[in-house]
Amino acid sequence: MTASGFPNSRVIGHDVARVEDEALIRGVGRFVDDIVLPGMLHVAFVRSPHAHAAILGIDPSGALGMPGVHAVLTLADLAPHLTDTRLVVAMPSPSYRQQLHRPVLADREVVHVGEPIAAVLADSRYLAEDAAALVDVDYDVLPVVADCVAALEPGSPTAHRDASSNLVAEMTVEYGDVAAAFAAAPHRFRERLWIHRGGSHSMECRGLVAVHDVLEDRLTVWSSTQMPHAAHRLLCDIMGLGERQIRVVTPDVGGGFGPKLIFYPEDVVVAVAARLLGRPVKWIEDRREHFVATTQERDQYWDVELATDDAGRVLGVRGLLVHDHGAWTARGVNVPQGAVAAMPLAYVVPAYSMAIKAAATNKVPVTPVRGAGQPQGVFAMERLLDSAARALGLDRAEIRRRNLVPAERMPYATPMRTRGGIPVVLDSGDYPRCQQMALDRADWAGFTARQQAARAEGRYIGIGLANYVEGTGRGPYEHVSVRIEPSGRIFVATGAAAMGQSTQTMLAQIVAEQLGADMSNIRVVTGDTAAAPLGIGGSNSRQAVLAGNSAHAAAIRVRERVLEAASQMLEVAAADLEIEGQRVRLKGAEEVGLTLSQVARAAAGQAGFSLPGQAGPGLAASEELVIDAMSYANGSAVVEVEVDIGTGAITIRNLVFAHDCGRALHPRIVDGQLMGGIAHGIGNALYEFMAYDENAQPVTTTLAEYLLVTATEMPPVTILHMESPTPLNPLGIKGVGEAGVIPIGAAVASAVEHALSSFGVRVNRLPLSPVDLLGLLNAATA
Amino acid sequence: MHDIAFTLNGRPWSLRVEPRRTLVDAIRDDCGATGTHIGCEHGVCGACTILLDGEPVRSCLMFAVQADGRALRTVEGLEKDGALHPLQRAFIDHHALQCGFCTPGFLMLAVGVLERTPNISDEALTDVLSSNLCRCTGYQNIVRAVRAAAEEMAP
Repeated sequence: MTASGFPNSRVIGHDVARVEDEALIRGVGRFVDDIVLPGMLHVAFVRSPHAHAAILGIDPSGALGMPGVHAVLTLADLAPHLTDTRLVVAMPSPSYRQQLHRPVLADREVVHVGEPIAAVLADSRYLAEDAAALVDVDYDVLPVVADCVAALEPGSPTAHRDASSNLVAEMTVEYGDVAAAFAAAPHRFRERLWIHRGGSHSMECRGLVAVHDVLEDRLTVWSSTQMPHAAHRLLCDIMGLGERQIRVVTPDVGGGFGPKLIFYPEDVVVAVAARLLGRPVKWIEDRREHFVATTQERDQYWDVELATDDAGRVLGVRGLLVHDHGAWTARGVNVPQGAVAAMPLAYVVPAYSMAIKAAATNKVPVTPVRGAGQPQGVFAMERLLDSAARALGLDRAEIRRRNLVPAERMPYATPMRTRGGIPVVLDSGDYPRCQQMALDRADWAGFTARQQAARAEGRYIGIGLANYVEGTGRGPYEHVSVRIEPSGRIFVATGAAAMGQSTQTMLAQIVAEQLGADMSNIRVVTGDTAAAPLGIGGSNSRQAVLAGNSAHAAAIRVRERVLEAASQMLEVAAADLEIEGQRVRLKGAEEVGLTLSQVARAAAGQAGFSLPGQAGPGLAASEELVIDAMSYANGSAVVEVEVDIGTGAITIRNLVFAHDCGRALHPRIVDGQLMGGIAHGIGNALYEFMAYDENAQPVTTTLAEYLLVTATEMPPVTILHMESPTPLNPLGIKGVGEAGVIPIGAAVASAVEHALSSFGVRVNRLPLSPVDLLGLLNAATA
Repeated sequence: MHDIAFTLNGRPWSLRVEPRRTLVDAIRDDCGATGTHIGCEHGVCGACTILLDGEPVRSCLMFAVQADGRALRTVEGLEKDGALHPLQRAFIDHHALQCGFCTPGFLMLAVGVLERTPNISDEALTDVLSSNLCRCTGYQNIVRAVRAAAEEMAP
């Protein structure tokens, strides 16, 4: 693979070997459950079996009487050691109508199944679970809110007994004169949509190990988190400890996909328990807990309208999104906000007004899952465009081509702002050309012939497409330090957190490019608050953009120091030197040179002697490049499906994904990120459904009931690349971690509707199980 | 408590275990071989797949006592004299792992399949690989890696 985007580069832009693989492939990686400490106690949580109930009493005596049980901790036990008994983690927004900070442990009321009430600490997890079953909690069951639309109706019970309503937040994202646009528009189209997304289901669930070192008075917490620095700050705050008294480390993390960026009750309980009991403490979430205690995405109901002129050009979009918020505010309103922000983004939409109502329900809190609302927003927009194309007699690709933001208008300043108030400016790209690439490869033009041939055989095939634009690289910064040790080895530390996205490889590549091109000479530490003083962590497809560019800037500064010092030591001009492997050498006379170790030792200085060069002591630099504006990646998915009208089964025959994430640092990793997202998108479109009954009891709590895509469900996938480097950062890169998932559901819906167009089926919901599809068919043909 | 004995990657082990102790807990906690991972504990995800007398099994669905007298193989036993198994090499070459958590299970599943059925068809291979779950890769690179290793391992 050549590095088309990085001319003359030696490492970045190339498919180099991942630095993560050697340990993982041998089974000697270290995930949090692999950490074993002497005297370690194991936690099992007592969790609510009810979606909503008052707690009248908690009696731990049965559990405490068991051999091997060391403690049963309730909120009353923890409260004296906490500055606050609630997790105050909500991102700021003026939209809140009530504050729902969840408790460290529930003590008066439980508001979803799985909410933790007490922690049992025992010599083994087996014993802890035995004992947890003996903790006697006296419940008084309360009325349940199981549906977010019903939650907002007058007279609905409330998810919290003391609340006056279930409205958690409301806001309207708007610009332009929408009322005038609709009043004057010759055509209006309306869709009522229900979009469900499920959980993240990283193959590794959450987990923590905490140990308190009394000699140093320091609590070390290994956590399978996407945001170790945030966890560190929150633990310091809630435990009233100084920054040096807590260290949060992410070991190898077995996937994140969103919910691991959240700060959880279990994080506090495990950390406090380790200090209280003076023993190492481990808690590993099991899969069933993951279903009932790890945050999810879930239901959104959209009532949306599109206004166009006779040529299908968009004049305005308006509507209302009702969003299932869950029982607590575990992050904020960023999922519905992200959905509404994504909806118009690929297109020229002169006027826009989308209201959001977030409703509390007696279910697990909703926070971002890979894509973070954007798949839903794209689904809403693309459904409207299909509706308009059908009514206006336009090809579905053509109506999109007429409305996509054209390349000649880049950079395109939309009237929108991000959740942080930063203007949304589409920085670069050629969206119509990207769509055309996908159409051409999928043979969109030839589909009618394929469809007619299939129909002649009694088969129903369809083709659909969807476009997305994704804000990536959310700022403001990520910390990276680069240091050449006296040994000559290069040490890189960052606040970025790795969870499978090849973050260490990415940073090693960027640093190696400047400092000798030897990846094996570089050690990258991610997600360790003791190694990096600042950090934000993994979310928003942000780390390659923010950490990558900080690493680039820091490595360039270290390179300048190396060359400056070596130039003095060798008495040659710095411009005549180059770094190759672990040596600095004279260009054209390679025998003249120094090792990085020699330069590093000289730059470290000796008492009473001058430093070499003018660059100051040490060969180190740290950077927190501030990039507030997001870089906008884009793409187009074309999906061809076959629908079995007898069974309702949907088979994806072909999937083409054309995208633009700016320059690719590692093309094979980019493809891997996209392919994982595409698989997730297929799951969201056809299989994944987090079901609750009318009492808000979760009824899909195993992976046999909640279906993830397997190898056999993956269709042939072709990924096509455009490279429009963003001007917003020195490397010209945009994020890609979430892109794959965003347009898939919308494209599948478009294709299924197309396959069944002769029946007049309208797809207004996702996912589409065979039963759902037969229901749509029956309704259309009734 | 039961006294059991098995071999793990050729090394003999004698353990005293509760009857309810799962095999994967015995492997990870008693033998310290943490390369085998636990993803669901209900036999669906396959992260805990090991070879039991050459047969891929879910070690979370077995009790340790059921392994008495058997030969177990896990990811830690794949390397030979410091050289990676062809499947391990192929997984790296084809970027068939991202977070790496499901990888040991896929490796052991594939080893077990290819040792028994070296000439497995593409369709049958994809079908058998659907036994295990991966959330990162979208599977295609895993299928490619196993196919490539199959060619290399073919007698």
